[in-house]
Amino acid sequence: MAALLPELLSLASGTLRMATPLILCAMGGLFSERSGIVDIGLEGKMLAAAFAAAAAAAVTGSASAGLAAGCGAALLLALVHGFASITHGGNQVVSGVAVNMLASGLTITFGQAWFASGGATPALPASARFMTVVGGHNILVLAALASVPLTWWVIGRTRFGLRLRAVGESPRAVQAAGVSVAGLRYRAVLACGLLTGIAGTYLSLAQSAGFSREMTAGQGYIALAALIFGKWRALPAFGACLLFGFVDVLAIRLQGVAVAGVAVPVQLFQVLPYGLTVILLAGFVGRAVAPKAIGLPFVGGR
Amino acid sequence: MRAGGTLPRWAELGLVPLLDVLCAFLAAALVVLAIGVSPLAVLRAILAGALGDAGALGYTLYYATNFVFTGLAVALAFHAGLFNIGGEGQAILGGLGTGLVALALDRVLPGWLLLPVAIAAAALFGAGWAAIPAWLQARRGSHIVITTIMFNFIAAALLVYLLVNVLIAPGSMSPETRAFQPAASLPLAHDGLRALGFAAAPSPLNASGLVALAAAAAVWFTLWHTRFGYRLRVMGLNPGAALYAGIPIGRMTVGVLCLSGALAGMVGINEILGVQHRLILNFSAGYGFGGIAVALMGRNHPAGIVLASLLFGILNQGGAEISFDIPAVSREMVTVIQGLVILFSGALAGFSRPLARGLLAFAGAALSRRAGAPASREG
Amino acid sequence: MSPGQTAQAAIELRGVSKSFGPVKAVRDVSLAIPDGAVAGIVGENGAGKSTLMNLVYGLVSPDAGEMLVRGREAVLSGPGDAIRLGIGMVHQHFMLVDTFTVAENVALGAEGSALLRPSLAAARRALGRIADEHGLRVDPDAIVGDLPVGEQQRVEILKVLYRGARILILDEPTAVLTPGETDALFRVLRGLSAGGVTVVLVTHKLREIMAATDGVFVMRGGRLVASRPTRETSPGELATLMIGDHGRSVLLPDATSRRRPAVQPEGFPGDAGVHRPHAEAAAASGPRSTQHAVSLDLRAGEIVGVAGVAGNGQGELLEVLAGMRPLAGGRIGLGGREVTPAAPCDPAAMRALGVAHVPEHRHRHGIVEEFTAAETAILGYEADPGLGRRRLDGRAAERSCAGLMARFDVRPPDPRHLSGRFSGGNQQKLVIGREISARPRILLVGQPTRGVDIGAIAAIHREIRALRDEGCAILLVSAELDEIAALADRVLVMLRGRIAGEVPADADPETLGLLMSGAGRERDAA
Repeated sequence: MAALLPELLSLASGTLRMATPLILCAMGGLFSERSGIVDIGLEGKMLAAAFAAAAAAAVTGSASAGLAAGCGAALLLALVHGFASITHGGNQVVSGVAVNMLASGLTITFGQAWFASGGATPALPASARFMTVVGGHNILVLAALASVPLTWWVIGRTRFGLRLRAVGESPRAVQAAGVSVAGLRYRAVLACGLLTGIAGTYLSLAQSAGFSREMTAGQGYIALAALIFGKWRALPAFGACLLFGFVDVLAIRLQGVAVAGVAVPVQLFQVLPYGLTVILLAGFVGRAVAPKAIGLPFVGGR
Repeated sequence: MRAGGTLPRWAELGLVPLLDVLCAFLAAALVVLAIGVSPLAVLRAILAGALGDAGALGYTLYYATNFVFTGLAVALAFHAGLFNIGGEGQAILGGLGTGLVALALDRVLPGWLLLPVAIAAAALFGAGWAAIPAWLQARRGSHIVITTIMFNFIAAALLVYLLVNVLIAPGSMSPETRAFQPAASLPLAHDGLRALGFAAAPSPLNASGLVALAAAAAVWFTLWHTRFGYRLRVMGLNPGAALYAGIPIGRMTVGVLCLSGALAGMVGINEILGVQHRLILNFSAGYGFGGIAVALMGRNHPAGIVLASLLFGILNQGGAEISFDIPAVSREMVTVIQGLVILFSGALAGFSRPLARGLLAFAGAALSRRAGAPASREG
Repeated sequence: MSPGQTAQAAIELRGVSKSFGPVKAVRDVSLAIPDGAVAGIVGENGAGKSTLMNLVYGLVSPDAGEMLVRGREAVLSGPGDAIRLGIGMVHQHFMLVDTFTVAENVALGAEGSALLRPSLAAARRALGRIADEHGLRVDPDAIVGDLPVGEQQRVEILKVLYRGARILILDEPTAVLTPGETDALFRVLRGLSAGGVTVVLVTHKLREIMAATDGVFVMRGGRLVASRPTRETSPGELATLMIGDHGRSVLLPDATSRRRPAVQPEGFPGDAGVHRPHAEAAAASGPRSTQHAVSLDLRAGEIVGVAGVAGNGQGELLEVLAGMRPLAGGRIGLGGREVTPAAPCDPAAMRALGVAHVPEHRHRHGIVEEFTAAETAILGYEADPGLGRRRLDGRAAERSCAGLMARFDVRPPDPRHLSGRFSGGNQQKLVIGREISARPRILLVGQPTRGVDIGAIAAIHREIRALRDEGCAILLVSAELDEIAALADRVLVMLRGRIAGEVPADADPETLGLLMSGAGRERDAA
């Protein structure tokens, strides 16, 4: 028992580390999607933030400057998505794909132009990163943990949250109540940008010591899966992020380990979040009901 | 022309999309400027790298082949009102299918029999991988966009697993299968040209290029000259009319997505049978997503898709070469351009409508001034 | 002018007019609604009622005239201004968030603070107070989507009252209500009126006007044609005022086309049985999918008109018969073939059985705007072997479309013209031409002349009569009583998903109006 405890603690700690970017992204996605704006661009915003944070930290030597740059980059992409989806009434999925491709291309293009090492940024010294503050975790992990009750509170307990939920279900009702549909949705999309910005900063300034190309490696999509798996609610989505983080840790621990004489393929763990989400969406286990007005452009007027 | 007035049809179908694409390229030029390089120099380098000699041209066309396949896949689904972002996964499965057939039969069957079977396997595997999300949408109500995204990742993991654990060539250090026998190789273009008496520089361009053109023609014929295509378009343009006409939307969804997946799966034959001659990782390399840009830019028309594919082929090949000439510019600039095209021609489609309106008003005023001038002199 | 005797008017309109393009929706309307009264505004579809109310609520601004609210001139630039002046509107389509509680819906947009708890507490208190004052009781913690429609409507009223409205406009409030819910609503309105709230009830149901109002204004063709204190008028008078006698002479059929056709037509292969279809469909209707059984016979060579106020199940009846909606129960007999819930029949199979369908909603179902005329002209008939055995022969489609265009005078007569760019009348001729050209045994027609110009109306009517004279059985749903009177051999009236009665084609509009409004039964009972 005494020998097991440190093992469990390390497992929990590892899970939290892997889940941190997922949690931040999922909470960001929650704001956007609960307001009716589909966001498959979580991945791109997080990638752009990771790059911007590492680049700024490399140049200024300051982690907080990195955080500011990371959030700035993600907010910029969030605005692009917002303009296309809200003001222009364009296809939100297409816009999300564009954001992802832009981030994928721009990070390497600028990285190569500025640092000339194949898209990566220089390795950062500890002083330019977010280092451990409590129990082996840094401040961004704490921010991720704090984002969950905060999201839950804002969505469920504030006027803004009430209107945000309303606009995702019935924009006509919101308009009839004399509240601006576009204004609410822009705020939601920007909240999403801010949180994905922190997530990206975590990847390049805390989990790693710098940016490397495509370093998000699909985590934005896993966060999207967690959001859907959590049925667009803060606490269940948090649980899904922890589950997927745990699966990740397990995949690393079990590499090369045989269970009952059969080697467990790592890939099985990797696809678990996606597979579970597909099964959930197909209604084989429970039912994930999206906000009613999600993905539909709102054209004002009567 | 009134400010809020409608544009003539030719402008709506031709001018506005063209201006949208121009906006995308203008934005790309700004990115290039931002990294301190002259856009014109980049343009020159890209054109030289892509079209400078016969070998480069071959590479350009080889890249374009993949884009034609995935662009057609996306466009066909678009016409039915379906958004297939699973081209990436379907391409992987197509390569897997064709690779499995080649591995199993390349010592048994002669080339003339093996190749059609292997091509059919690519189509079948791609179709099968698309059929699952399609069926889930038609029968279980889960949205095709999310499931096809998830299936991309599942396909990638599946390929890794199979290559690392099952199909890996004995004694190989990297995750790839043994090389196929020559029977499983698609004829290369330069070999064909040499047989006809033309000297041609070697390039990976192969017979899949012809398959791609045939596929474009077949998609065009299907869309506008068959009952299936007619019903598909009704479904995409007005689902209410499809219900009214008695078009079985569920069955059509599965059928259309299967065809779309089969087209995406054909990337596998170009890469695996045409070039690699073994099954490797990452051969789909973003063509699935690139196909979205190609389809949007080509206005979902097979002819437009072939042209857009050529452009993206040029960008891909020129982009690959450009880092030699201008080290500050990486080939990922091509991804940026694809992203911008998806943004401006897709999510922001019609963005340049006010610009088109202004241009027409300007042209109209200029014309009427010229027409009006002699009249006033007479008067 | 004013029906009541109260001194000051809650709302007064003076010479208000509003046009949309060439359409004069409201013409020179002057009226005064006394404070605390329940006033009714009646009229047929398109009489201008809704536009008038949108003017009062600030959703559109008038071209001419002025409006006074409690004696003071008011210029509204939007609903916000109306709300500030104490005017509230309950829309026909609810503006509610289904997943929210009653209190949340009521508070939405009128929250007092940035935190939800105090806002919701205030809403709850206010709901309690309103319940005490007006007897308008709804559980504040119920989820709105779980409530019956009648209670959802109460929530809409509560929302408006919570925002301090003293003048309440209800647009067709009973369209979705059951009779019991309707009576409950009227009690609520009475209570509100007693509490000093002015109520404006917009409807085309005469029974409701008689039951609920103090005074009534009748609109027709954008004009206010009469105003009466309710106790001094009768449903019969109101029906006559509403419908008028305009246009009837234009549309009355000539004597020859009224002649009963030969029962046994020529030109159709097969036995006579197929010309005697029998329909007994249970159509699902209304948002709550309450099911009503409908039984009707449709015989070869007759036009059966289905009259009724919009939304009483006529559209659903057509869609069930066309195979677009599943049959919930009962059976449809089509000559030899039986359609039941267990043996359904999709629209394509219905067409193969000789059932053609001109849909009520042309744009939603009947055409594909982006298609050429030739492509739209084969919609639903694309399987026809005449269009090529394997491939779909575009030339053949264009040739047959050109023929159709010549026969039905579709302009411009260009098969490659885009369907969306034809005028409404020509689109409709294209659709009707397509369905008639299929030489159907049964034709289902919904609103054949909606949005169609006068010239085209006559042509469309001629074609429908000609088809009937060839022996086709025709079911005609129309909101235009004149049209039904001009075409039908007998008339069924639908009310709340049921057939309320059958009248001969030459029944006077008053009888028809009474049946449609549901007042007929009461008069019979009295």
